Amino acid sequence: MSTEDYLKDITEIKNMMNKSSRFFSLSGLSGILAGIYAIIGAAIAYYLVSTSGRDYLILHSKIFNYILIDLAAIAILSIVTAAILSNRKARKNNETLWNGTSRRLLAAFLIPLITGGIYILIKIYSNHYGHTGSLMLIFYGLALVNASKYTIGNVKYLGYVEIILGLACAIYPGFGFWFWVLGFGVMHIIYGSMIYFQHDYSN
Amino acid sequence: MKNIIGNINKAFDHRIRLGIMSILIVNEYADFKMLKELLGATDGNLASHTKALEKEAYILVEKSFIGRKPNTRYSATKKGREAFKKHVEAIEKLLKQ
Repeated sequence: MSTEDYLKDITEIKNMMNKSSRFFSLSGLSGILAGIYAIIGAAIAYYLVSTSGRDYLILHSKIFNYILIDLAAIAILSIVTAAILSNRKARKNNETLWNGTSRRLLAAFLIPLITGGIYILIKIYSNHYGHTGSLMLIFYGLALVNASKYTIGNVKYLGYVEIILGLACAIYPGFGFWFWVLGFGVMHIIYGSMIYFQHDYSN
Repeated sequence: MKNIIGNINKAFDHRIRLGIMSILIVNEYADFKMLKELLGATDGNLASHTKALEKEAYILVEKSFIGRKPNTRYSATKKGREAFKKHVEAIEKLLKQ
């Protein structure tokens, strides 16, 4: 065998190891859209609070419930978009959306995320909502770092950024809203564009 | 040089077999369907290559039933992992020369 053949072998080994253990059909476009939803949702929340006559939020008020609905809408829209666009990308790559690697990816992502979500809800309903923004960012960041083993590896850098933003947000809880916009809005748009141009656009 | 070539393993000298081992090194196990999809091989082709690796005791084959459907699960043995590691190291050394 020639050097070229051995090089081909090494490439094949790496390719198979990656392909069989990581889900690559994550859509960059869905990241960009998730960021846009987050910014629109944040703008709606900002409008609701600023037109309420007070410049702070009261727990269990009508506006507070609207904001919870607003947050849930952002989350659901982002998930549905990610599922639809990743499914499209998977089909293009001759992959299925629901396979061993995507199942592992989802489990690794959802376990920290759902733990965090439940914890935040428990805290809100016992009137401790001051750190909600910080906790959302931290648990989301941990979920990304954990999931990065099963998908495009540099997702972990987005995770690190979210964790750092979450910790910074814990130091300055008064700016929670702006940290949230930065973490869930701006960072998603930046990172989504990076994936889009690196992985989607060239194909 | 002679030593390096001695470490190049004939059992891995085929794209499908190399692929099967690569997949089983990073996954605890894989079933027939998963290997087939990843490698783009036909049933008969894949079966003959898994049989060859099984004969060398590089992979473990477990047959079971999921409901009524037969399911074949493959995993790499300790011997297989060591042989594959040696093989890859030998290729890397060859490429460095």
